[in-house]
Amino acid sequence: MKIAVCIKRVPDMEQRFRIAGSGTSVDETGLKYTMSDFDEWAVEAALQLNEKHGGGEITVVSLGPDAVQETIRKALAMGADRGVQLKTEAVPVDGLAIARALAAELRDGGYDLILFGKLAVDTSSGVTGAMVAELLDLPCVTAVAKLDVENGRGRAERALEGGVEVVEFPLPAVVTVDQGLVAQARYPALKGIMAAKKKPLEVKPAQLGQPGVTVTKMELPPERAPGRIIGEGAAAVPELVRLLQEEAKVL
Amino acid sequence: MANTFAYAETRGGELRKVALEAVTAARQLADATGGGEVHALLVGAPGVEAHAATLGQHGADVVLVVSDPALANYTPEVAAATAAERIRGGGYVAAVFSASAQGSDLAPRVAAKLGLPLASDVVAVQAAGDAITVRHPVYTGKVFATLTVAARPALVSLRPGAVLPTAGARAGRVEPVAPALAPAQARVIVTEVREGAKGKLDLAEAPIVVSGGRGLKAAENFRLVEELADAFGNAAVGATRAVTDDGWRPHSEQIGQTGRTVSPELYVAVGISGAIQHLAGMRTAKTIVAINKDKDAPIFKVADYGIVGDAFEVVPALTEAVRAAKRGG
Ligand SMILES: Cc1cc2nc3c(=O)[nH]c(=O)nc-3n(C[C@H](O)[C@H](O)[C@H](O)COP(=O)(O)OP(=O)(O)OC[C@H]3O[C@@H](n4cnc5c(N)ncnc54)[C@H](O)[C@@H]3O)c2cc1C
Ligand SMILES: Nc1ncnc2c1ncn2[C@@H]1O[C@H](COP(=O)(O)O)[C@@H](O)[C@H]1O
Repeated sequence: MKIAVCIKRVPDMEQRFRIAGSGTSVDETGLKYTMSDFDEWAVEAALQLNEKHGGGEITVVSLGPDAVQETIRKALAMGADRGVQLKTEAVPVDGLAIARALAAELRDGGYDLILFGKLAVDTSSGVTGAMVAELLDLPCVTAVAKLDVENGRGRAERALEGGVEVVEFPLPAVVTVDQGLVAQARYPALKGIMAAKKKPLEVKPAQLGQPGVTVTKMELPPERAPGRIIGEGAAAVPELVRLLQEEAKVL
Repeated sequence: MANTFAYAETRGGELRKVALEAVTAARQLADATGGGEVHALLVGAPGVEAHAATLGQHGADVVLVVSDPALANYTPEVAAATAAERIRGGGYVAAVFSASAQGSDLAPRVAAKLGLPLASDVVAVQAAGDAITVRHPVYTGKVFATLTVAARPALVSLRPGAVLPTAGARAGRVEPVAPALAPAQARVIVTEVREGAKGKLDLAEAPIVVSGGRGLKAAENFRLVEELADAFGNAAVGATRAVTDDGWRPHSEQIGQTGRTVSPELYVAVGISGAIQHLAGMRTAKTIVAINKDKDAPIFKVADYGIVGDAFEVVPALTEAVRAAKRGG
C-alpha cells in the first residue's frame, strides 16, 4: 500500500519545563526533542501493514523548522521510504492551520492510507488527523487501537469510555493511531540509519494560513503540596481513614 | 444577545453525563454574553427525543433532534455534517462539544467543515466582554496554556469532568431536524459496540480512582484493587502501563502520558512507583493516596497521604476500614 504518516517533533516530556520570558511559550533553550510517541507508533503501524501485505511505499511528512529533518531521518531509519519537510520556522498551535498545510501536501499523493498520531504530546490537541480527513473528504477513524486492512476496506477498533467500538470503512482513508495498535516502535538498526542518509528528503514551504487561536499565556501548574508519609503498614490505616474523612472529605 | 450550541452525546440510547456538562457550559457562555438561548443537538434512533427534558433542566432552550433508526450508533459523518450545518446557519457565539471518545472524534471534523479553529480538551472556558478564552493542559499536563479564540462561533471541546452539570430550568423544546447527510451515504460505520461490564464507573466519570501497578505482582491480585474500589462504591479501577503492557489489565484502564488523564477527587495508587509518565495522567487529582513498600518511591513526592508498607497487608485493611466507614461505624 501507499501510506503517508504525519510525524511531529516534540520536546521529550521527561524534562522539566520553564516558561519563556514572553510568558506565552515554553523556554526551548536546552530542551531535547524526539518524535511524538503516537507518531512513532503510527510509523511502526505503517511498516507492519506493508510487511504483512508484501510491500508498498511509506512517506513521512513533518511540518516545522529544519530540525524536523532529524525526526524524518529517524522514521526513514526505521524503514520509511521517503520524507517531506513542510518548512516553517514557527509551528502554530492552531491545529487547523497545520491541517491545511498537511492536506495541501497529501491531497494529490494517491495514498491508500494516511496515518496520524491520536495526539501530539506537546499541544495535546488531538485534532489534526480528523481535520485533514475532512479537508480531503476522506473517511476517517480516530484513536484506533486495532486495525485490519483487506481488499480495499478497513476494520478498526477504538476505545470508548468503558467499551470498545468496531468501525468499518473503505480506503483510501485517514486513521489516527492510539496506544496499543502496535506493541512498541522498533529501534532503527545501524543498517537502517546508514540507509536513511541516502533516502530522499524533499523540503517545501509550508502553506500556513492565519492561525485562529493564539496563546495569551503559558504557566506551570500550581505545585502540589510536598508529599507526606503518614505511617507504616496496616497500623497507619485508621489515621488514613480519619484524614480522608476529616481533612480531604472524600469519605 | 447571543445563542450558543451544544452537542448532547448519547451512547446506546442513553444520555451521557458529558452531554449535561456541555449544555451547562453552553448555558454559562450564553449567560455571559447577554443571555441568549442554548440549542442542543441530539442524534440517535427514535426515542432519543425523550432526553430533551433532561437537557432542558440543564439549560437547553431548544433541543434539535435528529432521529433515524440507522443512527442507533454514533455515525461520525452524519453527526458531523448535521452539526456543521446547524452551526453554520445558527449565528452562534460558541459551540461546545465534549472531549470524550465520541466528542474528540466529532469536534475536529465539524471544525474543519466550517473552516473554524477548535480549542480542544479545555478544562475551562470563559467569555468576558468580546473575548472567549480557554484553559488547556499542554505538555502532558506539565504546562497550562490560556488560549484566545478569535473566530465566531468559538468551537471548544470540554474535558469530561471539567464542568459540574448544573440545573438551569429551560423549556428544552424539541425541534425535529433532518440529517444533513443521509445515513445510507455514510462511509464510516460503527458495526458493533462492546460495552464493558455493566454498572462499572468509567475512569473519566468516577470521583474516586483506585489504581494498581506492578507491585501487585500478578493479574489475579488486582482483586485487592477491585475490592477497595467496590468498598468506596463510587470508584473506577486504573492501572500503570507496566501492567497493561503485561496484559494484566486492558489498555483502556491505563493512566498516564499515553493513556487516560483523570482528575478525580481521590486517587489511590497501589504498588505504583510514580514514573513521570504515570504522573502525567493523575497529578491533577485533588487528593492522592499512595501505598508502596519503598519509602523512596517517587509517588510519595506527590502523595498527600502516603503509607509505606506491603500492599497485600495494607490494602485489605483499608478496604475493611472503608467498608466500616461507609456503614457509619
Ligand atoms: C514514552 C513512554 C510513555 C509511557 N506512558 C506511560 C503511561 O501512560 N502510563 C504509565 O503508567 N506508564 C507509562 N510509561 C511507563 C513508565 O515509565 C513506568 O515504567 C511505569 O509507569 C511503571 O509502572 P509501575 O509503577 O506499575 O511499575 P514499577 O515502576 O515497577 O513500580 C512498582 C512499584 O511497586 C512497589 N512494590 C513492589 N512490591 C510491592 C508490595 N508488595 N507492596 C507495595 N508496593 C510494592 C515497588 O516499590 C515499586 O515502586 C511510559 C514510558 C514511556 C517511555
Ligand atoms: N507539525 C506537524 N508535522 C507533522 N505532523 C503533525 C504536526 N502536528 C501534528 N501532526 C500530526 O497530527 C497528529 C495530532 O496532532 P495534534 O492535533 O496537534 O494533537 C500528530 O500525532 C501528528 O501525526
